[in-house]
Amino acid sequence: MDTVTSAAAIDLRHLDNLWIQVSGTRCNIECRHCFNNSGPRETSFGLMTLDAVSEAIAAAAARGVREIYFTGGEPFLHPQLLEMVACALTVAPTTVLTNGTLISDRIADTLAALVVDARYSLEVRISLDGYTEEMNDAIRGPGVFRLALAGAVRLARRNLLPLITVVRTWDDDDELATLAAFVRVLRDAGCDRPRLKLLPALPLGRELTRIAGLERDECVTTAMLEGFDRDLLMCSNSRLVTDRGVWVCPLLVEKQDARLGPTLDEAASSYELRHQACVTCWRYGTFCGNVSADIEGSVIAAAPEAW
Amino acid sequence: MTRFALIGGLYSNWRALETALSDIAQREVEATFCLGDLGAFGPYPDRVFPLLQQAGVLCVQGNYDNSLAGGLADCQCGYTDPRDNHFARLSYDYTFRNTSPAHKEWLRTLPMSRRLEVDGTRLLLCHASPRKINEFLWESTSPDGFLRYLLDEADADVLCVTHSGIKWHRDLGGGRHVVNVGALGRPENDGTPVVWYALLTIGRSMDVEFVPIHYNHEALAADMHAERLPSEFIETIRSGWWTTCLEVLPQKERARGRF
Repeated sequence: MDTVTSAAAIDLRHLDNLWIQVSGTRCNIECRHCFNNSGPRETSFGLMTLDAVSEAIAAAAARGVREIYFTGGEPFLHPQLLEMVACALTVAPTTVLTNGTLISDRIADTLAALVVDARYSLEVRISLDGYTEEMNDAIRGPGVFRLALAGAVRLARRNLLPLITVVRTWDDDDELATLAAFVRVLRDAGCDRPRLKLLPALPLGRELTRIAGLERDECVTTAMLEGFDRDLLMCSNSRLVTDRGVWVCPLLVEKQDARLGPTLDEAASSYELRHQACVTCWRYGTFCGNVSADIEGSVIAAAPEAW
Repeated sequence: MTRFALIGGLYSNWRALETALSDIAQREVEATFCLGDLGAFGPYPDRVFPLLQQAGVLCVQGNYDNSLAGGLADCQCGYTDPRDNHFARLSYDYTFRNTSPAHKEWLRTLPMSRRLEVDGTRLLLCHASPRKINEFLWESTSPDGFLRYLLDEADADVLCVTHSGIKWHRDLGGGRHVVNVGALGRPENDGTPVVWYALLTIGRSMDVEFVPIHYNHEALAADMHAERLPSEFIETIRSGWWTTCLEVLPQKERARGRF
């Protein structure tokens, strides 16, 4: 149980990002570092209906949403995901966060056709945690590396260049060699223009039990936000819809107090940063989106008085 | 009827700027605005300043200009890819070293944005987006609803930006428009060496015309070679394909390119 001392409150400035936990916590694999404990037997969140997803997309569109993300669990476990992606793409650029193992030729064909017709970008983010079967599968499970790579190649061959998401689990000194190895392996497999996105390892969910000796702040205080760009925090620009209501962000999906209401319109209230996950976000910034925190956050806003 | 020329993303490409300003001089424009990023990638950063000043171009600060003027450690493009960061570092260090103190001071005096009102149409000119100096507004990641929100927040009917380096125009209806005016500094990842600027004509309706600039890009490549700038930057000027700073490109824009 997290302790609440003097947590700072953050307003939803604008709904830039709509996250849709379309497959709940259901996943066909069980990664050691999963931040929301998804897995084959995990049913704390269930599949969303097509109607519920369409309603959320429409409500977000009315609020001028900038990007839509499908997450889970594993989104491709949902039998109507492709219809939902097509709906999302009529409104905003859309991203599917996947382990890549379920991307068949049929799915890749459908996604490629959607991309041709859509005005906005479709990103497919495939997670890999190592550039060898041995490294990746130690974290993500047996056989996953081979299947994920095959999924990535199916997309790349259709010019739908997947974004390979890699959690940084190596030392800084090994960074360049590690990334070069990822690029080489992806190219050799048939992804001739590899795109990599690096994520920090999140001290949440199963990752908490995987690592030891972590420094643990209890909450984000008002003092911690002095001189800090609040746009870096997801709660200022994002909401997560699930089959059980709307949460303030994907990282807090296991916290009941982070459920803000049944619908997006009822979940626009401010939120107190009372959890350790808030400290993680404060420390790492808005790493969940496709664009890095440095781009979206550490900036000098155009001064209104100069207009 | 009122017409403006809008240029941006000069990236020290003084040869393209010279050609574009000659082109603009042949057209009847009320004023020429530059939406920032005077430096980056190209040779002899000091050369664009007298061209802009002699032509009376009204400028706003871009992220590069803001970094140079403030003595910041980097260009604020925010790359995370080590390769992109490597080239961004080479570009920024060269530009910082070769921009005179007087020109850095001039950059510091530039406004972050400019507002105009023409026959009741409210225009906002800024570098990237009204809310951030380095927020990328790509065509494929800027939904209509989001653009309307930006216009509402900015109390504007028309928003003009550059920053991402690829031109586009969205007519949102009701006299509301968003225009990315493109960049004169480097081609737009389309396999041709052509660079672009925009002409805005405001009358009964608003007309946006993108103007291609064919300039002596081989001479610029020679300038860059003489300045020992990276061959990757020179390749982009000659081929039209982006070779660096690719990480920020969304799927659609990336898939159209070669790299």
